[in-house]
Amino acid sequence: MLAEALALSGVLFVIGVIGVLTRRNAIIVFMSVELMLNAVNLSFVAFSKLYGATGQVFVIFVMTVAAAEAAVGLAIIISIFRHQETVNLKDINLLRG
Amino acid sequence: MGNEFLPLLYSFHFYLFGLISIAAAIAFVTRKSPVAAAMWLVVTMFALAALYVMMDAQFIGVMQVLVYAGAIMVVFLFVVMLLNLGHPSELSDIRGKWGRIIAGFLGLALLAEIMTLTRSPLELKLVVPAIAVSVNSTGGIIGGVAGPLFREYLLAFELTSILLLVAIAGAVVLGRKRSAN
Amino acid sequence: MNFDLSVPTQLMQALTPDVFLMVGAMALMLVSALRPDSDEHQRLVGYCSIGVLLATLGIVIWFGSRGFTSGPGVIAVDGYRLAADMLFILAALGAIALGIEYNGREGIWNAESHVLVLFATSGMMIMAAARDLMIVFIGIEIMSIAVYVLAGMNRRSPRSAEGALKYFLLGAFSTGFLLYGIALVYGSTGSTNFTTIGHNIVQYKLAHQGMLLMGVGLLLVGFAFKVAAVPFHMWAPDVYEGAPTPITAYMAAAVKAAAFATFLRLWRESFDLLDFAWLMPVWWIAAATMIYGNLVALAQRNVKRLLAYSSIVHSGYLLVAIAAGTNSGSAAFLFYLLAYTLATFGAFAVVCAMSRPGDRDLEITDYEGLWRVRPGLAIGMAICMLALLGFPVFGGAGFWAKVYVLAAAEATPFRQLMPLTVLLVLASVISAGYYLQIVRVMFMKPRPEGAQVPAATGALTRLVLAISVALVILVGLIPARAVGWARNNQPTAPVTLSTAKAP
Repeated sequence: MLAEALALSGVLFVIGVIGVLTRRNAIIVFMSVELMLNAVNLSFVAFSKLYGATGQVFVIFVMTVAAAEAAVGLAIIISIFRHQETVNLKDINLLRG
Repeated sequence: MGNEFLPLLYSFHFYLFGLISIAAAIAFVTRKSPVAAAMWLVVTMFALAALYVMMDAQFIGVMQVLVYAGAIMVVFLFVVMLLNLGHPSELSDIRGKWGRIIAGFLGLALLAEIMTLTRSPLELKLVVPAIAVSVNSTGGIIGGVAGPLFREYLLAFELTSILLLVAIAGAVVLGRKRSAN
Repeated sequence: MNFDLSVPTQLMQALTPDVFLMVGAMALMLVSALRPDSDEHQRLVGYCSIGVLLATLGIVIWFGSRGFTSGPGVIAVDGYRLAADMLFILAALGAIALGIEYNGREGIWNAESHVLVLFATSGMMIMAAARDLMIVFIGIEIMSIAVYVLAGMNRRSPRSAEGALKYFLLGAFSTGFLLYGIALVYGSTGSTNFTTIGHNIVQYKLAHQGMLLMGVGLLLVGFAFKVAAVPFHMWAPDVYEGAPTPITAYMAAAVKAAAFATFLRLWRESFDLLDFAWLMPVWWIAAATMIYGNLVALAQRNVKRLLAYSSIVHSGYLLVAIAAGTNSGSAAFLFYLLAYTLATFGAFAVVCAMSRPGDRDLEITDYEGLWRVRPGLAIGMAICMLALLGFPVFGGAGFWAKVYVLAAAEATPFRQLMPLTVLLVLASVISAGYYLQIVRVMFMKPRPEGAQVPAATGALTRLVLAISVALVILVGLIPARAVGWARNNQPTAPVTLSTAKAP
């Protein structure tokens, strides 16, 4: 099942990447990043079947980091919403060279 | 591992949950409404949790449901509701031609990636015998994960406390009301 | 003393400087929460943070002088780590010293902003120490999360919030790539430890395995994002422009240095044998970064944005040193980072001194005739610009830094690096177009009618500028000693690799 799990992980990762690149809603972009992290977790779990529990330990850390990122990221999104009343990346364009 | 006894049933479920996760992920990136997208992402996460359990990572499966789907996604939904973004925005937020071209290229990259991944043979001498993995004779399922977590990776575990402290402090600093000067 | 890293107490002792900084930061976090936000409180916490950093610097130097070593484990105890730590602490000192005055003026009275710089610095120190991909990951996240918040620290400014959002989204995106790379490297070598990865690659002849190469490629993408190398640079100018100026300096110097330092250690200790695979991608990234960054920088009118592009260009120069892949390459790399950090802080100190509340007066035209009204600032800025340019003699350390990078790139066994050295020289010549432009504007142009005289420069900002400029000149006068310092502090490639590489 290893090859299938890795292929699935790759597909989910790329769906996440496509989400980040094609969506303009900051919250959905952020959720796409979460999908990427989930895809990586699947790889780690698949590998941990081969090499021992290290992969699973890594997944626990990834979850912790995802939670921390969610807290900070959503605080940033709220703070920009206070200024601009939108989370659409197309309308958030004060900084242009 | 179940697949010695019920190989067909095992692989049927494996593919079933795999397909569910892909379908839900595609639904997730194509939904306009943030709430619908979040719900589809939760479906993906549940399907992945099922896969984790099937791959002998029961503890991770539980964590996936409790932490990812249960806590992180709830925070997302909470923010969507807080900012009142629940309705799909009038303007489609999907990028135009360029976005789709990039997406097309990425699809090709994906194909190459999967070919490489599934075909590259792994070094079998590195593989730890299955008996040593997760089924720890004394600690049970969780003991197999807890052992390395509190021995080899103790430092990483301690460092996550700093990480969480930074995240909490940062979120508070950003979220606090502006002082009235 | 030789630390046995499998014993928790000895592991903690091996991390003394890092633990000290973290404990100090936690204590200051409590102090900063004691009283409501005010300018005085922000200053108090800022001065305390400087004290903690100076004490940490002392511990790092003491630690280095004792010549500790360690057995195999999750962290490294070597001169390279301590040398990198010194650079991070230097940058953090500069950022906090500038920040105390800048925050007071801009009304950013969160005392936590200084504490977050301390936490980010401790994350960087962990990154420089890490010898395990798991520790690398956690260290990067401690640093990144603190810096995401710092970028959005100016909550009155929508630009600051926008910069923070862009930085956060692209930072999290790049973390995804980094993590996938880590997963694939773990999957193909069965380990997350740098030494074991290097060892397994040799022992099991994994060098041509597809999964490993893909993992290395994804790691490269992840690191290229963090150091803002073209084509993964698009976040940098916006974020650098939006963030509070001292934080911009901190990002341009320390965050970049930390990512590079980790990158170099990982590449030297684990992937030394894979040079056939990563050399050309690094080559192209370095070339694109140098050329594109320079061409776009020529068109900039905002000094903060210009310095952002300049920092992108310097990533390209540093990548040349990394591509060399030899001991003299890593020595040149450390020396370059030192010179770049000093010159960057000098330049940003001037930007801080010149800007008025609300981050106005950042256009190049605002610098016209600066020599006539603020000669000290003009001279300081000129020396920093010449150092960033790598101008002979007057550029001080910046000139020698470039010389050593070029020498290291020429002395490698890879012939492909030859065109890259030519490109580096060419890029430096192009960069004269904007660095000298600022110098020319400051000295040759008259002060425009009605232009405001910049407000009096604060003591701390002057101090940062004076120390940076003095060090740039000093290191330029005795480059041999500084490069000796860099040469003695290197990541150690495992013995198995160096022997296996010889034909």
